[in-house]
Amino acid sequence: MTKRQADVVVVGGGLIGAWTAFFLARRGRKVVLIEKGVVGAQSSGTNFGNLRLQGRFPGQYPLSLRSQALWEDIENLIGDRCEFHQSGHLYIAFNAAEREKLEAYAAVSESYGLTIEHLGPADLTRRYPWLSTRAVAATFSPRDATANPRLVTPAVARAAKALGVEILEHCTVTHARRDGAGFIVETADGRSFGSDHLVNSAGAWAGEIAEMFGESAPLFPAGPPQFVTEPFPYFLFPSVQAVDGTVIFRQIPRGNIILAGYPRTAADPIRNRAPVPPSKTLAAMRHLAAVVPALRHCHVIRVWSGIEGYLPDMIPVIGPSATTEGLFHAFGFCGHGFQIGPGVGLCLSEMICDGRTETPLEPFSIARFRGTVAEDEKFRREFDRPAAAEKGGPWARRASPSPAAARSIPCAAAPRWPRCPTR
Amino acid sequence: MAEVVIVGAGPAGIRAAGVLAAQGLRPILVDEGRQAGGQGYRHPSPGLALDMDALMGTEAGKYRALHADFAELLPLIDYRPRTLVWGIEERRLHCMRDGRQMTIPFDVLVIATGAMDRVAPLPGWTLPGVFTLGGAQAVLKDQGCLIGRRVAFLGASPLLSLAALQYRKLSAQVVAVCDTSPFRDKIAALPRLAAVPRTLARGIAYLAALKSARVPLFHGVTPLAIEGDREVTALRFLDGRGRERRITCDAVALGYGLKPETQLAELAGARFAFDAHFRLWLPVTDEDGRAGEGLYLAGDGATIGGADAAEASGTLAALAVLHDLGLRPSVDERPALRRRLARLRRFQHGLARAFRWPGPALSRVPDEVTVCRCEHVTAGDIRRAMDADLGPVDVNRVKAITRCGMGRCQGRVCGPALQEIAAAHAGLEAEAVGRLRGQAPVKPIPIGLLAEEHA
Ligand SMILES: Cc1cc2nc3c(=O)[nH]c(=O)nc-3n(C[C@H](O)[C@H](O)[C@H](O)COP(=O)(O)OP(=O)(O)OC[C@H]3O[C@@H](n4cnc5c(N)ncnc54)[C@H](O)[C@@H]3O)c2cc1C
Ligand SMILES: Cc1cc2nc3c(=O)[nH]c(=O)nc-3n(C[C@H](O)[C@H](O)[C@H](O)COP(=O)(O)OP(=O)(O)OC[C@H]3O[C@@H](n4cnc5c(N)ncnc54)[C@H](O)[C@@H]3O)c2cc1C
Repeated sequence: MTKRQADVVVVGGGLIGAWTAFFLARRGRKVVLIEKGVVGAQSSGTNFGNLRLQGRFPGQYPLSLRSQALWEDIENLIGDRCEFHQSGHLYIAFNAAEREKLEAYAAVSESYGLTIEHLGPADLTRRYPWLSTRAVAATFSPRDATANPRLVTPAVARAAKALGVEILEHCTVTHARRDGAGFIVETADGRSFGSDHLVNSAGAWAGEIAEMFGESAPLFPAGPPQFVTEPFPYFLFPSVQAVDGTVIFRQIPRGNIILAGYPRTAADPIRNRAPVPPSKTLAAMRHLAAVVPALRHCHVIRVWSGIEGYLPDMIPVIGPSATTEGLFHAFGFCGHGFQIGPGVGLCLSEMICDGRTETPLEPFSIARFRGTVAEDEKFRREFDRPAAAEKGGPWARRASPSPAAARSIPCAAAPRWPRCPTR
Repeated sequence: MAEVVIVGAGPAGIRAAGVLAAQGLRPILVDEGRQAGGQGYRHPSPGLALDMDALMGTEAGKYRALHADFAELLPLIDYRPRTLVWGIEERRLHCMRDGRQMTIPFDVLVIATGAMDRVAPLPGWTLPGVFTLGGAQAVLKDQGCLIGRRVAFLGASPLLSLAALQYRKLSAQVVAVCDTSPFRDKIAALPRLAAVPRTLARGIAYLAALKSARVPLFHGVTPLAIEGDREVTALRFLDGRGRERRITCDAVALGYGLKPETQLAELAGARFAFDAHFRLWLPVTDEDGRAGEGLYLAGDGATIGGADAAEASGTLAALAVLHDLGLRPSVDERPALRRRLARLRRFQHGLARAFRWPGPALSRVPDEVTVCRCEHVTAGDIRRAMDADLGPVDVNRVKAITRCGMGRCQGRVCGPALQEIAAAHAGLEAEAVGRLRGQAPVKPIPIGLLAEEHA
């Protein structure tokens, strides 16, 4: 067994691991990035591509805005734009209660200095004639953007590699432990690596790594279903989201419309499956047709999903371990890690190199799961709950905070038949 | 009683329905087409007086028998034409009929979805006037139309000469039949082809008929390009002796044999294995067509076998269904059918040898040639993406990075070429670069799909 020395071993080559490695290498650290598959093929490569600033968890704005500044500079940082496009984000409401919710979101955004345009029915008709009149109000944030998730992580990893990061693909971390002043990390192919610091950015699989250090978080894997249409003349410039969560969509300049909708479906990280049940395709199509009637004749050609880690309070774990010095976690991004990915990588690199970061990360401490954690309203609304409970993740094993999750209703999302083909 | 649903009303599906109906089951037979018959035994559109006896030649008897049997079968089954099956969820088929959603529950599913053409890209293959070989036959049988007046046939398939003769019968000028596989491959395949002497004789007769009609026939050609600015004007290739030739034409039919339509089998949970004879990923079944619990595959959708094998395997799959349901007919026809099917499939392996898919030779497709016509991805785009640092190897990753196979047809057309080009570029065996995965919808469905009506 060869033991290699590095300043930092990063477990997981998604967007989070790649950006972390990149920023550490810029600070002259020797980094080994270990990825069980290929970089950027999991959540980071399958997501919707939204870089949304509106409607985030209030405590996340400093991180989120810092991250957006990095996205805006992506071409300078890594030499590739990755289809970054500042198209703006239109949040729409179908009734007065939803409008109030939007106004509350907007007040938070504005308090952090974002410009938000408040739109009424007349503005909507004038600016977005394709939008159904069911939408009674909307807020528009011009700084929100999109990028192509399939391209970003490999591009960041290439840039990191050019800065000297050693990237190992098809290499699974099986054991990791504290050893003297540092860490020993072992991989399935029998190699072992010694390092001063360890970063756990293993996505939906991060719970296993955390448990190696005696800590955990009630992470469970799910996949938001995604759909795409054939190309259609380019007319939908901003990305659009209904605040009731039924539909979110955007058009890329080459014409395809990408759409998604809740509830999210349970995913299987062991067999690497994130199924999209056809009934969800039908629901998403129905919701899109109700919001943009002109798209009735456009066809859905493809669907997919990915395996994302969710936590009951719908905010991630970012920061130092509560048990082990030198270990840093960044996982459980609850469907919004693409936007904050660069910022998370930068903050982790600062914590490792400087022992601190200017960005407040207290709300994201893993220590919060030692007490009772309030379940977010979204967590109750936006998932196939019985399915989530049946999946048997840590979520189901633990005393469940919600009766809905504990009840074992036959699972609609993980069909027993037909058997899912293994990937 | 168990609800048995058959998808595909070609020879395989019709024969399966017949066996089940004879036992008093009333299977549901679903097909996206307007008329039963499938691909090979396609029926002309109503009101079109085509001389099918002339078109079908030696196969006219079987063609008539299948359609006559189907007419008798109709009252005994629940036949649902114009019904596309686009997804499978638990034990329900998601379908679209006349723009409306429809679900069909089932206990047992027989998938007999047939095959489509396999194509190899070459410069100019996306020009208007280039058709797949099967497409050229389909417009002829369905509509009585021709793809052009001066038609060239290019590829590697026994159907090249058949289609050329059918085009001649409808008075098209066949300017060339260009077979990319060398004549010696046909000689080498003779032992396997001898498994079904009657069909072998038919193939030889086609060639003889083309010869006597003085249709220029080339073996072992290397295609260079289909030429034209806005539409096809010529086909350029090296003949078997390496001499460059240019033949003017206004249409090209392109076909390298068939590939099974396996998306529904995949959604239903079938496993896949790479088949070295066909160089295709095929669903894994037992000899009767079982592919999983309550799941049966038959016809060209299981493995390429031709129309006779489709009828035999449809019968056999239905017998397996009956057997598994505990309904055992007094005479067990299965052993004889298995032997017949094995012989017919051996013959198809011979055909795959005689009319060989270019396979690794696709590594020579020039960089500027479009491989994925839905997304306009060239061979060079694929190679450049793979060459990048941390570039993809697996075809699904190549697809993610380049969009090859991501468009309207979901890689059904470009998939086999992508497999070969990626494998050759990586210096790996074709199967080592993985299999393009499918998802529902297997064909595009409109956003405005009407909601299901509940009776
Ligand atoms: C369908 C979908 C849509 C989404 N839409 C958006 C959106 O629009 N906007 C947004 O901001 N966010 C979105 N997200 C969320 C976002 O994609 C994720 O939060 C983000 O990509 C998480 O990045 P990651 O690096 O933590 O995870 P991942 O990309 O999953 O990376 C983790 C990596 O760790 C590897 N790994 C795991 N265990 C091991 C081990 N033991 N050894 C070695 N390697 C290991 C995995 O193979 C994986 O590659 C979406 C997510 C999904 C699934
Ligand atoms: C275009 C083409 C032309 C051919 N021409 C000839 C020829 O001239 N002579 C010859 O000997 N052989 C020909 N063949 C070979 C022929 O396919 C087989 O010999 C034979 O037809 C196979 O029978 P089958 O029942 O397996 O499939 P098919 O006859 O192909 O029948 C499959 C049926 O399934 C239906 N189907 C497929 N997917 C779905 C879905 N998702 N939902 C609903 N319905 C679906 C199709 O509409 C079709 O009717 C041709 C093949 C093709 C592809």
